[in-house]
Amino acid sequence: MKWGVLQFPGSCDERDALNACQIAATALGSEGGSGSLPRLVWHEETDLSDVDGIVVPGGFSYGDYLRAGAIARFSPAMTAVAEFAAAGGPVLGICNGFQVLCESGLLPGALLTNEKTRFICRQGELIVGEAQSPFLSGYEAGQRISIPFKHQSGRFFAPADLLEEIESNNQVAFRYAPGQNPNGSLNDIAGVTNEAGNVIGLMPHPEHAVEAFAGSTDGLALFQGPAIAATGAVA
Amino acid sequence: MSEQSAQREDKGEQSAHRALGLTDREFDLICEKMGREPNGVELAMFSLLWSEHCAYKHSRKLLKKLPTEGPRVVMGPGENAGAVDIGNGFSVAFKVESHNHPSAVEPFQGAATGVGGILRDVIALGARPIAILDSLRFGEPDTERTHYLVDGVVRGIGHYGNSMGIPTVGGEIYFEPPYEQNPLVNAMCVGLARTDEMVRAAAAGAGNKVVLFGSLTGRDGIGGASVLASAELDEGDDAKRPTVQIGDPFEESKLLECCQELLAEDLLVSLQDLGAAGLTSSAGEMASAGGTGIDIDVGLVPLREADMEPFEIMVSESQERMLAVVEPGKVEQVLALCTKWQTASAVIGEVTDSGTFRILKDGETVGEIRVEDLVDGCPLYDLDPGDPGEWTYPNRETIPADASASDIALALLASPSIASKRWAFEQYDSIVGSRTAHRAGAADAAVLNIPESGRAIAVAIDGNGRRVACDPYQGTIEATLECAANLAVVGAEPLGVTNCLNFGNPEKPTVAWQLGRSIDGLAEACRALEAPVVGGNVSLYNETPQGPIYPTPVVGMVGELPDASRVAGEPWREGDAIALVGPFDPSLAGSELEKQRGQLGKGLPEFEIAPVRQAIELVREAVRSGSIRTATDVSDGGIATALAELAIGSGVGCDAHLTALLAKRDCSAEDALFGEGPGGFILAGEEAGLEKLGGRGVEIEVIGEVRGNEVIVTASDRRVEILVSEAEAAFESLEERIESDQAGITH
Amino acid sequence: MIQARVLIRPKEGILDAQGKAVEGALPALGFSGIEHVRIGRIVELEADSTDQLEELCEKLLANPLIEDYEIETVSG
Repeated sequence: MKWGVLQFPGSCDERDALNACQIAATALGSEGGSGSLPRLVWHEETDLSDVDGIVVPGGFSYGDYLRAGAIARFSPAMTAVAEFAAAGGPVLGICNGFQVLCESGLLPGALLTNEKTRFICRQGELIVGEAQSPFLSGYEAGQRISIPFKHQSGRFFAPADLLEEIESNNQVAFRYAPGQNPNGSLNDIAGVTNEAGNVIGLMPHPEHAVEAFAGSTDGLALFQGPAIAATGAVA
Repeated sequence: MSEQSAQREDKGEQSAHRALGLTDREFDLICEKMGREPNGVELAMFSLLWSEHCAYKHSRKLLKKLPTEGPRVVMGPGENAGAVDIGNGFSVAFKVESHNHPSAVEPFQGAATGVGGILRDVIALGARPIAILDSLRFGEPDTERTHYLVDGVVRGIGHYGNSMGIPTVGGEIYFEPPYEQNPLVNAMCVGLARTDEMVRAAAAGAGNKVVLFGSLTGRDGIGGASVLASAELDEGDDAKRPTVQIGDPFEESKLLECCQELLAEDLLVSLQDLGAAGLTSSAGEMASAGGTGIDIDVGLVPLREADMEPFEIMVSESQERMLAVVEPGKVEQVLALCTKWQTASAVIGEVTDSGTFRILKDGETVGEIRVEDLVDGCPLYDLDPGDPGEWTYPNRETIPADASASDIALALLASPSIASKRWAFEQYDSIVGSRTAHRAGAADAAVLNIPESGRAIAVAIDGNGRRVACDPYQGTIEATLECAANLAVVGAEPLGVTNCLNFGNPEKPTVAWQLGRSIDGLAEACRALEAPVVGGNVSLYNETPQGPIYPTPVVGMVGELPDASRVAGEPWREGDAIALVGPFDPSLAGSELEKQRGQLGKGLPEFEIAPVRQAIELVREAVRSGSIRTATDVSDGGIATALAELAIGSGVGCDAHLTALLAKRDCSAEDALFGEGPGGFILAGEEAGLEKLGGRGVEIEVIGEVRGNEVIVTASDRRVEILVSEAEAAFESLEERIESDQAGITH
Repeated sequence: MIQARVLIRPKEGILDAQGKAVEGALPALGFSGIEHVRIGRIVELEADSTDQLEELCEKLLANPLIEDYEIETVSG
């Protein structure tokens, strides 16, 4: 499977995401479609026909000056991503990418400034949620994984009725492990999916947990999920 | 006083040059070189390029003593940053620079623009920045001012580095009273480039175009030169006042990608960033380096404020701007790429063969200076050093003389300079870029994976102003060796050195003496380590009415290692043996304990560098062999502190005896427990692995084992006996102490 | 041209972390009797007419899930 990684002015982690997609595909071997190299998708591009999955990476698109993710959602590429998602294509938003997906309405909720207002960067643990999503097919619900947290605006918020809906629809993809909620997110939510499950977003950074030297490879399965779901490949 | 200046005095003539920081003699020299008096634009340009900051007029003669050559050096002093070869066609570019005064005025923006500036130095070489390190100094963390400065500086560094997507992987923070009013913010950037794609800053090719791109030019940081607009200032026009420089990491992020693409497409002849003294410095230095002339038309510069004077445009320090020399046929492509990256760009001039820097406004000449006079004409001064003969800084007692060894150990762990800085480092993105094999705080040096060369590099930054104040020569040698020691414990050997020399007013004999002795020490240590100095920065006049700062040479070092997975960075384990390695001869002179007792004095014990270097090499080889689990050098707070820190990191205690050390060195029990000095390492691991290190001419002694939940260190009749949990509480106590009343207010 | 000013602030009931931090700093700075500090943004702009301003706010300037906005017409 071939990934496209969006690049906005101000993106930071797009090369890391590209690297993670590559490693994930290689690890899956031919069944993961290791032959097709992932590529960057410039924010002005509208033709996504050559890719099978989209990553909206982390960073500070457009400097995050108006509101994290608020401007990037209007880029031509995001219009194409919305169509891609509507057709069932797998879309993964990481950190700023999660914010962009929320701002564009592809995912429910919003991300606010951390409770302590500080940027935080530390290794932390997540609990995999009950959500039905191809991205989670390499994990077990309830599994504990180690993934770095790094963000300044990661406090997940949704009005009470929406939060209730997210919970009752099983749209929670990840929660911070007990006692590790770094930002004041409601219900310890670290990541959610859309109702269909093909769009997922999370604040922590799975692309920084794919190589042994980084201390954890627990993020790899997220990038392999759609391929596993599609082909029945085993991670 | 010269005749001319005497006449001027007699006439009571207004001397704009003095207000701009030029001496009468310097002004006379300018007139002599030009054959006339400079006009306002020219005077503003001279005043900046002949300033200490740009001309290094009080330090350049001394800096010539530093060793700058070595087989791996690709670019040395004089370029935007230094660079060393790391193999496989790649080089690492790096430099450290100060942003002390701006940070004292506005800590958030001062620190942010400091990071932005050093990143641009590395970007200008054609390298992609891959790491930032910071060396910070503040007053004791007991005043609201210090809380405010720390909070702002840490946020500012994080804001810029995090937003740019460049990891901040290491650094150090010290708290000492002489920095109370004059904090130090030194930022180091490390970049990676293909050696054959690196660009120089020299202008070349008469007829080539000069392109300015990046942010618009405004009145930011028009410092001393605003005197030239003093008439307007008197009229109360606030808009004309010098302003704090504001950093825009989003703009710089676009600039970085734009520069990388411009270079990849081979569209540039040369590239230079705009830093201090703005266009004047950048264009002047490009022309000087290339032996060319240059014409700049200020009417073509894209402005943020429409009514700027030519001199303001020439000296503006607006951030996030770059200057490039481009062949005429490629200009269109360059401008198109700038448009792609949504950054402003314009052709603002041309390279000439006149040897003259000509300033035009809409085609008309408004200033004309020979490049040579402007860039290299500033007189260099000899200093007038004087050894003060005694300790000249205040002393303050904060620990009772009769405190028990355990209480001393806890006090040292809680002392701000030693205590954990995790709360600060966690505000920095340390992992973006997917190279960080060791994060800030997890090892003594940060380790970055370089798959491009099939190896890894290690980076460290060190400086201990207090010890340099005790003895500028020995103290600077120690700082350099400490850097090498930090590299050794992750298995790395030094490739090159950068430095930032932070001192007081060099026109004072004591400071001149500190500066001279410190540079001698740096030169000596770098020669002994065979580590060439490839770049650096000097920051003088760091003093307030309370006196000068501690003399603070900050040493940055880049090294390489074969295998990022063997860095001896694991926590020690129950049952591991602990060894003390090296010619460590502990003394309380200049130590953290002596500071807390208010007994600091002049002088540090002498030592030989060669055995220290041998110990460094042994540790490096031991770490590379994978035979040891944990390695650290003995630094601030001595052996007891080093052991306690290892216990805190692993959650397992230790039982160590320093009896053999006492006998060998004939030192006191307190010296052994808390004394400092170069050449000491603590290694831990399987006893068999440690024993293998014997017999190689380096002292090695097993001093104890890892066990239990207490840190026990015995030296004859003195014994440290503290719970690991107590030690940890002391070590983690700084965050609460330093929490600013204004913490959390984002800028 | 119409000059307009858009005030955007966190919705009532949402924790405003920045406002809280400022409020927390006030006693130490010698300010007493000040509470409910909330931090928002002002966007100043010029427009041909006010027709599109609501839509602009809904879609871009504010996130209706977490923010309220007010449009003030300054002159025109």
